[in-house]
Amino acid sequence: MASDDIWILGIAMTKFGKHSDKDIVDLGSQAAIAALADAGVTMADIGILAAGNLMGAGAGFGQQLQKQIGQTGIPVFNVANACATGATALRTAIMAVKAGEARMGLAVGAEKLSGAGLLGGGGTSKKSGNKFEPSGRFGSVMPTDGRIGTDTMPGTFAQVGMEYGHKYGGVSFELFARISEKNHAHSVLNPMAAYQKRFTLDEIMNDMMIAYPNTRPMCSANCDGAAAAVVTSGEVLRTLSVEQQRRAVKVSASVLTSDPYQESCQVLPDVNTLTRNAAIIAYEQAGVSPSDLDLVELHDCFATAELVHYDNLMLCPEGGAVDFFMSGATWRDGSTPVNVSGGLESKGHPIAATGIANIWEVCHHLRNEAGDRQIKDAKVGLAHVIGLGSACGIHILERSGL
Amino acid sequence: MAQQIPHVAYLELGDSPHLVANECTTCGARYFDRRNACAKCFNNDFKKAAISQDGILKSFTIVAFAAPGVPVPFVAGIIDCNGTSVRGNIVNCDPTPEKVSLGMKVRLTTFSLGTDEDGTEAIGFGFAPA
Repeated sequence: MASDDIWILGIAMTKFGKHSDKDIVDLGSQAAIAALADAGVTMADIGILAAGNLMGAGAGFGQQLQKQIGQTGIPVFNVANACATGATALRTAIMAVKAGEARMGLAVGAEKLSGAGLLGGGGTSKKSGNKFEPSGRFGSVMPTDGRIGTDTMPGTFAQVGMEYGHKYGGVSFELFARISEKNHAHSVLNPMAAYQKRFTLDEIMNDMMIAYPNTRPMCSANCDGAAAAVVTSGEVLRTLSVEQQRRAVKVSASVLTSDPYQESCQVLPDVNTLTRNAAIIAYEQAGVSPSDLDLVELHDCFATAELVHYDNLMLCPEGGAVDFFMSGATWRDGSTPVNVSGGLESKGHPIAATGIANIWEVCHHLRNEAGDRQIKDAKVGLAHVIGLGSACGIHILERSGL
Repeated sequence: MAQQIPHVAYLELGDSPHLVANECTTCGARYFDRRNACAKCFNNDFKKAAISQDGILKSFTIVAFAAPGVPVPFVAGIIDCNGTSVRGNIVNCDPTPEKVSLGMKVRLTTFSLGTDEDGTEAIGFGFAPA
């Protein structure tokens, strides 16, 4: 192993779901302590803490966490980057190790989202009185959500999928529902998932419509959870035990991008260009191609989003996402299994935890520790998240050669 | 006649209501909101540009579940108005997948959004099948 390689030494996640007896710090502590134990190290070894929590951003989640897991005086970076918050925390820890400022870093993401309901939308209503007065950057006299398009997440991502259909054809309500059918089927094998229920296509299509073509089971599940990872360099890993070296997972690529200007991004967030840009950089960094991937965990915040990311991650030829999916390629027995964890639609989406939990899933397979849902002989995997606004995190992971 | 005010500053009322963008004088990028500088080329000089009232529906969703106070269902769409992407609701059309389709031709239309205590009427816009 090269000295400047980055390795995940330990990683853990809580079960996703409803944790009414725990607060965010409890969940974060549980994941952090488990990741440290998995790595075979303690807080005394950690030189930097990157802590992600979106809904409570500003409350100093990292320092709150230290009070429960170890107050060692190391620098804390509290990060918030929409749904890419977890990946951003990991990226922060990796940068510190890569820069030589820390021998080991700890990244934690935790969120409580059970019962949060619809995200996005609404807007601010008039402050006082009943006079139309232009305000804000659009000079609007009343909220625009619902009157000039939609700000809701299900509606926004529905349009992302439908836009792909306008460009390349072939999409339908049923197609998107079939993507959801796959992820829910996968979740049955994942005991860490918030929901482990297989749905028939009819059940998915006849469930409550949220924003056509996304029905309720086609939307990510709001839930509670946390995930954490310990990262280190090849130089440090060489000094550790053979068992630690064997279970360590190589971070072959760690990339974070934001959305570059595109003509229509002011009216519909562009989740495509930044994902494609991140993927290009990641494949180049890792020296792997999409066909080398044994599994992919991508950001299926809605069924309509999963489709476009097949294309953005170049798992299929440009414009070929519908045919790619219909070929069965992304089922767990296909050529490129996607979201064998059940994805955000069934595993759940506790926002800041998601970008580390998807890496936990990939590591679990690369370490051959995934039990019933193990992808046989998995050597290389990719984890992708996107936060609207936008931020995209991609990590490519490879199993240890030992 | 009671005074009217547009829902948003980029809707120009009058005999032929239309949308107006802030267009970058260097690269031509168009913005509906107030911008400090151009996100594409960083220039900070803009001029007004009228947007075509006719367009093609390039994406939509039928929102069935929205924030409190937002009437549902409604169709939210992205319209290609002769090269400029615009966001708006599809109106004068049943909000069903049978009546709304990708690629359909639409045209800007305006309607009342109510009056305030001074009797000023807010005028909103949407796109109707053309």
